[in-house]
This record gives sequence, C-alpha cells and structure tokens, in this order.
Amino acid sequence: MGGNGWKWLLCAPALVVLVLAASGPLVIVAIYSFLSPGNMGGVTWEFSTEAWFRVFFRRDIFEPDLVTWNTANLAIFWRSVWLSIQTTVICAVLGFPTAWFIATRSPRSRPFWLFLITIPFWTNLLIRTFAIQEMIRNNGTINTVLLWSGLIEQPLQMLFTDFAILLGMAYVFLPLMVLPLYAAMDKMNLSLIEAGYDLYGSRGAVLWHIILPLVKPGFIAGSILVFIPAIGAYVTPRVLGGGQSLMLGNLIALQFGQGRNWPLGSALAMLMLIVVVVALVIYLRTVGRSDGERRV
Amino acid sequence: MSERGAFSVTRIPGFGLIAITTFVLLYLPIVILVIFSFNEGLSQSVWEGFSLRWYEAAFANRQVRDVSIRSLWLAGVAAGLATVLATLAVLGTTRVGRFRGQTMIYALINQPLMVPEIVTGIALLIFVASIKVQTGYTGMGYLVAAHTAFCIPFAYLPIRARLETLDPALEMAAADLYASPVQAFRHITLPLMVPGILAGFMLGFVISLDTVVITEFVKSAGQDTLPTYMLGQLRRTITPEMNAIATLFLLLSLVIVTAFFLITRTRGR
Amino acid sequence: MKKQAGLAIAALLASTTVAGAEGVLNIYNWGNYTHPELLERFTAETGITVTLTDYDSNDTALARVRQGGHGFDIVVPSDTYMQTWITEGLLMPLDPAIVTDRANIDPNWIDVPFDPGREYSVPWAWGTTGVIVNTALYDGDINTADVVFNPPPELSGRINVIPEMSDVMSIAIYYHGGERCSMDTDLLRSVRDTLMAAKPHWLALDYGTVDAYVAGDFNAGIYWNGATMRVRLQNPDFAYGYPVTGYPLWMDNAAVLSDAQNPEAAMKFLNFILQPENAALISNFARYSNGILGSEAFMDPEMQGAPEIDVPSELAAAGRFGEACPQEVNDIHTQIWTEMLQ
Repeated sequence: MGGNGWKWLLCAPALVVLVLAASGPLVIVAIYSFLSPGNMGGVTWEFSTEAWFRVFFRRDIFEPDLVTWNTANLAIFWRSVWLSIQTTVICAVLGFPTAWFIATRSPRSRPFWLFLITIPFWTNLLIRTFAIQEMIRNNGTINTVLLWSGLIEQPLQMLFTDFAILLGMAYVFLPLMVLPLYAAMDKMNLSLIEAGYDLYGSRGAVLWHIILPLVKPGFIAGSILVFIPAIGAYVTPRVLGGGQSLMLGNLIALQFGQGRNWPLGSALAMLMLIVVVVALVIYLRTVGRSDGERRV
Repeated sequence: MSERGAFSVTRIPGFGLIAITTFVLLYLPIVILVIFSFNEGLSQSVWEGFSLRWYEAAFANRQVRDVSIRSLWLAGVAAGLATVLATLAVLGTTRVGRFRGQTMIYALINQPLMVPEIVTGIALLIFVASIKVQTGYTGMGYLVAAHTAFCIPFAYLPIRARLETLDPALEMAAADLYASPVQAFRHITLPLMVPGILAGFMLGFVISLDTVVITEFVKSAGQDTLPTYMLGQLRRTITPEMNAIATLFLLLSLVIVTAFFLITRTRGR
Repeated sequence: MKKQAGLAIAALLASTTVAGAEGVLNIYNWGNYTHPELLERFTAETGITVTLTDYDSNDTALARVRQGGHGFDIVVPSDTYMQTWITEGLLMPLDPAIVTDRANIDPNWIDVPFDPGREYSVPWAWGTTGVIVNTALYDGDINTADVVFNPPPELSGRINVIPEMSDVMSIAIYYHGGERCSMDTDLLRSVRDTLMAAKPHWLALDYGTVDAYVAGDFNAGIYWNGATMRVRLQNPDFAYGYPVTGYPLWMDNAAVLSDAQNPEAAMKFLNFILQPENAALISNFARYSNGILGSEAFMDPEMQGAPEIDVPSELAAAGRFGEACPQEVNDIHTQIWTEMLQ
C-alpha cells in the first residue's frame, strides 16, 4: 500500500476539481429527491418519499385511490435508452471505418484527416443542430434535391421525427467515437496484423480476431462517450424532435422548470444515474470477461 | 515495416467508402450553413442573393462579439486545464497495477459523463450560489472550474486509451539503457502519448464550447457564452447572424488548425 | 509568452469581478428581447455602461436570483411570477425620487393584479397568446381554439404548439369553460381528453421560429401575437386569432432586484424606459405593445393599427391574466402534459 502514494498524488488535482465541481453538488440532488417541492420551484426541508413514488407510480388524477404504474415516465425512459443505443450503434458503424481510414493514412497526412473530423465541431452544438434542421426541413436542401431529381413528389417529413433525433445525435456525437478509436488504432502493432494474415488468411477473420480486440479500449471509450450524453440529451430532441415526444433530459428539465417539482426532477435524475451506472458495470464486466477468455 | 506492406494489410474493402461518406455527411450541414450566412434575405432555406449584411450585423452587435470571445477563452482555459489534470490522472491509474481505491477514482473521473447536464447545472447553481454569497467573488472562476470538471472525463478517456495501447517494452528498453524514470517518461512515454493528449484537448475544447445548461446555471452577470446567448434566443427567432458567427468560428478553427498542423510538421522534421 | 497569457487570464478574471462597481448596470432579461439601441441611448444619456445577460424562462431566472450571488440589477419577470418575486422580497420598491414618470404608464396597466399600484415594476411589454393560421389554406373562423384542438383536415398535421405548459393548459381549460387553476376533476378530464385527441394532429411542440412558418413547415399553431406579426410581415397569408372561449394575456415587467449592486442606475433605467420614445424601441424590436402612453407615435408604421396588436373590442373580454397555480394543481397539469408527450 505504501508504494501507491504517488498514484494518488497524480490523481489528486483532477479529483479535487471533480469533487468540488461535479460529485459534491450531486449529493445535493440526492438529498433533494427526498424533500418536498417548494413554492414555485425549489424545495422545502420536509422529508418525503413522494418524489420517488411518483417516478414509478401515479395516483389517478380523477380517482386518487387508484394507483398505477407511471407508464408515461417509463415510456419516456425506455425511449431514451433505445434511442441512445441506436445512436451508439450508428456512431460505431460509421466511426470505426472512419477511424480506420484515418489511422491507415500515411503518418504525415493523419493529423490532417483527424482535424477534418474535429473542424465541424468547433461550431457549437446549437448551431450544428440548427444547421441539420435547415437541411432536413420540408423545403430544405435534401428535399429540394430529391424533388428536383424526381425521386419523390411530395417533400419527406423528416424534421420533428425520431429519425431527426437519431440523425442529430449521431451527427453531434460521432467524433466522440472516432477520436478514441483512432487513438487506439494509431499505435497498433502492424506486425500483429501481418501475422494475422499468415494465420487466418481472410480479411474478415483478421478484422474479427486481431483488429477488433486490439482497438477494444478505444471502442469501449467511444461507446461510453456517446451513450451517456445521448441518454441525457436535451437540445437535440427539443430542436429536431420538435419536442412532441420527450426524452429523459427534457422530462427532468420540465420538472425543474415549468413543472416546478424539484424533488421529482431530482429523483428522476438519480434514477437515470443509477441506470447508467448499472449499464456501465454490466457492459464493462461482459466486455472484460470475453477479453479474459480470448487471452487464454 | 515498409509503406507498401502496411498499406496492403490495412486495407479493408468498403471502409474507405464509408469513411468518405461520413466526411461528406459531416460537412454537408456546415456547407449549407456557410452558404446561407451570405444570404441576402432572412430565410435560411431560400436563396435571395449574396450579401454580407449578417456579418455586418454580427460585428455591430457588441453582445455577440463579447459572448463569442468569452466562449473561446473559456473553452481554451478549461480544456487546457482538464488535459493537464487528466494526463496526470492517466499516469496515476493506467499500467500501474491494481490498487485500492482505483475503482473509486475511475468512478469520480467519469462521473460528469453519467449525469445529465441539467442535473449538474441545478446542483452547481445551488452550490456555487452559496459560495458566491459567502465570498463575494462572482468572477469567471466558477465557470472555469465547472467546465474543467466537465471536460476531464472527455480528455481522460482518449489519453488513457492511448497509453493502454503503448508497448511497455519501450520504457523497459529505455530503463535498460540506464534512463531514469523521468528521462524515460520525458523522451519515450510523453512523446508517444501526444496523439492521445491532443485528442483529449480537442475533445475538451469542443465539449466546453457545447456546454449550455451548466453555463446557464453557473454564470453570473455579464457571463453569457455563445451557447447560452443562443439558448436565450431559442424562444424567439434565431437570426442568420448566428450563421455568420458560426462561419467565423469555422474560419478561426481552420486558421488555428492549419497553424498547428504546420508547426508540428516542421518540428517533426 | 507564458507571462503574457497569465496576465491576460488574470485581467479577465479581474474584469468580471469588478462588474457591479459604479457606473455599470447589469440587466437580466429574456434573450433577444432588448433593442441594442435602447442600451446605447441609455449609456449616451447617463454615462452608465450596461451589461446584458439572457435567460430563457421565468423558472431559470427565479431559481437563479433566489440563490443569491448573481450580480444582476434588473430582471423582467412575467405577470404570473410577479407575486412570487414580490412576496419573497426579491424586488426593491420603486424609488419615486428617481422613477418620476410613472404617470406615463397607461392607467389600464397601473392597478394590475400582479403588482397593484405598480409599487415594484414598470411595464416592459405585453401581449397575448392566441392562434396563428395560414388563411390561404383555411378560410373558416380563426377566433377559436378549435383550429388547434379540433383542426380541420387542411391544417391537421402541420400544427405547432409552443411548449409553454401554462399557456397551452390555460387555453384548453378556458376552452372547456373552466378557471385557470380549477381542481374540478370533470373539467380536468375533458381538458386531458381534448389534448390527447388533439396531439396526433400536431407536428411539433416547438418555440417555432418565425422562419418555420414562413417556410411552410407549419400551417397553424398556438403562438404569441408579436411573433405572429413578424410572420405576417413576411407572409401576409398568416393571421392571428383570439380564441373566443378565452386566451391568456401576459405582461413582462422590469423591476429592480433587492440585492442589486447598483440600485440607483437601475432605477434610472426604469425611468428611462418609461419615456415613450424609449418604450417604442422595445416594441419595434419584439413587436409587442408596451403600455406606455404616447409611445405609439414613435413606433414603426407597420405597428400602427396592426391586427395582432390592437385586440378587436368584441374579443377583448376573452383575454385573461392568469395566476401561478398552487403546486398540487401544477402537478396535475404536469402529469397531463407528460402523458401527452410520452
């Protein structure tokens, strides 16, 4: 144990900032989820489990004795998870070949391609989201081109659909997948791949048995980086989804805003946190286990 | 490892096509945005003739100018700090063997990722406001701290992924040649980590530029950033002025990136 | 080089801490709501520099100021929130020695329920929340909430409703003849059923840029009067309807915060916007009325007699100021709202 002091010392500056500006405040949210709503937002300091009750159940508005599952909250919850999984898959499918493409350029041109990935992201999220909105609206560029080419006769309704949300999230989070994948691929030992060809022969087998295990750290990092912000997304569903079906981030924002029920918002946020942590643990365990098997 | 040999084993059919398609998709909305920033009319979908009026409007608007500069400044400082802190933390947690408390460190570092911005925002609002009342300090320090904390996991992950793929044999070789641990780090490990560190900084920068909700709740008087300024406008109409600003941001990034590209290249020689 | 960077950072940190010192006024207002010329004029007249910071909802502003340590001098809350601001002691009473021109306020806007006698606030802008309809597609009566709740086929599927829960709930409750914060379960049931039945006809619940209407993304919706006017100026087919069953009136009011850093400058600013020529700038920018006598003379010509601004006399009585509902009512509204958007 004595020899570990330097490890803590190296981590200490980051941990101090994180505890002060991220984890510490979270304790407040946990406490708030067990308080009562205040007048016009905020809380009153009275212990209550009502917020947690309301996350899962609802008393019928018209017959207060009738308690049912809160299907609205659960539906929104599931929607968010499902859309985030799809986003992660889309990012992986597009991001893996893209990172590979960059990593296999000549060492001199790699930074150029890498920068090409990041340049659009120097404009902020809201602007990018609005740019997509302009592109897919009924008289936007895509519909104009499709109409002009005669492929369609009526403009396609793309904006304000789940498709738009997926497109927007994949677009926004793609570099979060590409960059860690690239970082893992960049220093991959090419002789292993050559050996793989000697061993397996086919490209598919080499990809599956050699390349994928080698870039797995990057892949794990990328999936985490995409999935988690996606599940809490707030701006994209609001702007591209048109706000007609909520995602979890919007539901929480609603409780902290117009709903004026901060304890309920806090409880929803804590629940989301728990789900993410559980998903993360399961994900890392499964991925880690298969890794161990492969090494044997 | 000859260039030609490397080329053939790394070629996977179809990947190039997907990559190029990705790049095209990535740039399509941006190109449209740039084009319409020169539109004469208010519309962002119907071309009404070339004009620089939105650039003039953006330049004349002191608020737009202020928030843009503040955003860039904040992103640079926060991403820089986060990258330094994350690099240290990576060195303390990666390839060092398991130790007690490691999992907790991982959890702490990744924690900002697991919490939706709105929650961190509200939590920070309550927390920061009480400090503000106590100390009377209402400067940019809070935003810097909040953004730095939020950028750390984004910087940490690629740097760590990079270090994990490094071959420890390289440092051992250096040690065999009687290099001190510091020398080995300075001359072997650090240079090899540079791509990861760069990726981490760029991710952090981009993330800071995107951070809306946290900024909204932490900011004090006169601390609007470009995203919070735009959020304030969301309820009403986004003017093409924003397209002009976005185009200028792109131009700026191109200049910085090109300069960076040239510098690293000459140094590489 | 490093030293310079360090100095620059130090300077920036320092410059933001002195905000609130003499000669600086910090205004906290809705985004895109303040005419830049208004601030320039004020600075030219008084030598006081103005900093503008934006918010996007009443709840954000209230949460922000309640926690203290914000550094703002002036805030512009809406009518429904005014009582909370006042009773929690967040606002400073107007200083009659500096705010000398209260007589400029239209008498209709002095004894308002949310600030009786205008002890704390002066009008910033007021308007209505009604319906917008593309009359080229639909030539029926537009002074009804039916265009949104029970839309004709030509409008269905192209409807956008602003995501303001209280406004939309109010229109739906008035539509069924109820009071804004009623707990009547039969009423609330009909309200919910109406909203659930209407929802499939809606394309979006978006704040909806003016551009989206002009571009034809939406044909109808629940919208604000000033925004509708901005749409009409670009596409004359659009018209504004006042639902005869009842529609919300709203008013945003400028007030000085009780923990303002520079209350004197703030009071000067309130008196400044009581001048008709200055109030007219507010209206010209956002296209809403302002409640200051004589300001019409300084407004843009297209504002004069605009149908979105001048409420038709036979429909004036249907406009109502709302109140912020008690938490248990608001919870029910949120529940209906969430159910609709699930």
